[in-house]
Amino acid sequence: MEWITRNLPYLMAGVSVGGQYALIAIGYTMVYGILRLINFAHGDIFMVAGLVMVYAVTAMPIYIAIPLMIVVTVLLGFLVERVAYKPLRSAPRMSIMISAIGVSYLLQNMALYVTGGLSQQYPTVPWISDTVTVLGATTKRVTLITPVLTIILVVALVLLIKKTKIGMAMRAASRDFETSQLMGIKINSVISMTFIIGTFLAAVGSLLFFTNYTGVTPTAGAMPGLKAFVAAVFGGIGSIPGAVIGAFIIGICENIIKGLGWTTFSDAFTFALLIVILIAKPTGLFGEKATDKV
Amino acid sequence: MKKRVLAMALVAAMAGTMLTGCGGGSGSDSNADSSSAGSESTGAEAEAPAADGAKVVKIGVYEPASGDNGAGGKQEVLGMQYANQTTPTVEIGGEEYSVQLEIVDNESSNDKGPSAASSLVGANVSVVLGSYGSGVSIAGSDVFKEAGIPAIGVTCTNPQVTEGNTHYFRICFLDPFQGTVLANFANENFSAKKAYILTKQGDDYSTGLGHYFKEAFTGLGGEVKEDVFQEGNSDFTSYITSAKNEGAEVFFAPVSTEAAALIIEQAAAQGMTIPMMAGDTWDSNVILNAAKGKDVQIYVTTFYQEGGNADFDNGFKEYINGDSTAKANNGGDDTISAVSAMGYDAYYVALEALKAAGSTDPAAVNEALWKVTYTGVSGNIAFDEVNGDALRDTAYVKCANTESGAWDFVAEQGVN
Repeated sequence: MEWITRNLPYLMAGVSVGGQYALIAIGYTMVYGILRLINFAHGDIFMVAGLVMVYAVTAMPIYIAIPLMIVVTVLLGFLVERVAYKPLRSAPRMSIMISAIGVSYLLQNMALYVTGGLSQQYPTVPWISDTVTVLGATTKRVTLITPVLTIILVVALVLLIKKTKIGMAMRAASRDFETSQLMGIKINSVISMTFIIGTFLAAVGSLLFFTNYTGVTPTAGAMPGLKAFVAAVFGGIGSIPGAVIGAFIIGICENIIKGLGWTTFSDAFTFALLIVILIAKPTGLFGEKATDKV
Repeated sequence: MKKRVLAMALVAAMAGTMLTGCGGGSGSDSNADSSSAGSESTGAEAEAPAADGAKVVKIGVYEPASGDNGAGGKQEVLGMQYANQTTPTVEIGGEEYSVQLEIVDNESSNDKGPSAASSLVGANVSVVLGSYGSGVSIAGSDVFKEAGIPAIGVTCTNPQVTEGNTHYFRICFLDPFQGTVLANFANENFSAKKAYILTKQGDDYSTGLGHYFKEAFTGLGGEVKEDVFQEGNSDFTSYITSAKNEGAEVFFAPVSTEAAALIIEQAAAQGMTIPMMAGDTWDSNVILNAAKGKDVQIYVTTFYQEGGNADFDNGFKEYINGDSTAKANNGGDDTISAVSAMGYDAYYVALEALKAAGSTDPAAVNEALWKVTYTGVSGNIAFDEVNGDALRDTAYVKCANTESGAWDFVAEQGVN
């Protein structure tokens, strides 16, 4: 029992961080699946979601602020795609990747301008910010909610992709971009939908993440974004269950390593894992096999 | 063509949503203004004095306005700006010079510091003040050295800032001293036998102070457990769990205020009740706001205790309350940070040096600085002859009052 009380907090922190990474990782993996684009701006959209929330609660009650934050974030994701990626659809893949990096810096620097560079205190979200005790370990309620909510959202997403028409269109587009266009799929709306889903999950992820770790800085999205990206690659980029499982593995391992006292290596571990996976299994845990089309 | 127009319109729309999305917070807008206003006003002043014929002497301010130490850097600059407003002119060699602050942002970053320092060199400043944060001070040091410009460290406490060079001075106490004070305090007041030390990897201030605390604490027969965290980390729950599991009696975390706010929040959420201790960085209203209403104990050592000099306190509060930009930079209230008092003193030390040098030539100012003595609001300032460090032997220990959200004075502590 005492052993559990001592070590449960590490596991809880790991599962909760893992869930938050998972919500971000889905955005990376879906966009990659369809556009073969690594959307470097995704982590920064996550950060902007945090900032929007900080400013929204100063002007309105929290039950309006949360939906507003989600709407604004989704709109931002949608606009980023339309402005920065869509005009480059027929350009070489490298151009669109550079454009993504550009958007990432644009968002960071705009946040720097708006906040003046200081850390903003994330508002306390009632109920989920409350402290609870589980088996003698004290934590915030959000820690317990995160994995559950993540799994619910992922199941909903998988159902959407498997059962609905837009889901079918997404699967078709990810299988073969050009042919799906020839088959009458409106590729632009499919891509917009992908970005909308991805940023929606990032917005929910930011709500959970910043409730636990309450400082929002212009670079707050960089590290979670990078870790989520590693998770997406780890699980096999393009695969949604892969991204989720990868994210939980990374979150849990990271915290266990901290618990073992090797704090110096907790980040090094994450990135070493990425290298090992890429060498041993280049397509990740659940990645599709690379097929040469020509 | 049509597409391009559409793209431009969308860019504008996107920028618009960003602004409206954030427009709700009044604090944000004034904050944003402040950073731009700082550079603009200095630019305007550069033109103005030429018109009325008065001579201008430039003092460089090398401070972070963004990044980890942005909050502290801004408060330190506020002290200098207040001093500059109070005493805008200085007599050098029989002539009246108006003093102009040349403010740059080193972004709390060791990589970006040198280029910020170079821009001060390019602006022909006579002397530099700063920086908050030892790492960036060390990073900028060589640039000032090559240009032959003296620098006065305001609150950078790591010994390496001044060690082995003749151009960097400092007006605050050093980490070996501060670490010892904190270790003594932990030992005497909490009878602590085991301390948990959490430092940030690659941060000279943090690892330095952690090291000196450990030396002093183990010297007193205590035991320590050390952990580090990386840049960009915001999840401190595992560290707090480790501290609890180790049975530590004090939690020592000499880290930036940004990380500190996260640590306090998470410590409270996890019900960690052992005292948290830290050095001068934690003396900030960021900490007070984070701790308010939470069940935590926080003790810090610092340079100045509010109430130490009534004239300064009142004047400074008036200045803060009279200027919405200044208030936003001070974290939205009129709590006086020790770093503001130190910034204020540093400005006057620089003026003394200019007076003594009788010239605006950096080399002459550097020469004159060795002999400067000044009684500031934070105490007597004089430099030793080896490294140009201030001779200081007391630190103030304060405790955060989690009910009122203010600092309570605990003790004036020296090293026996």
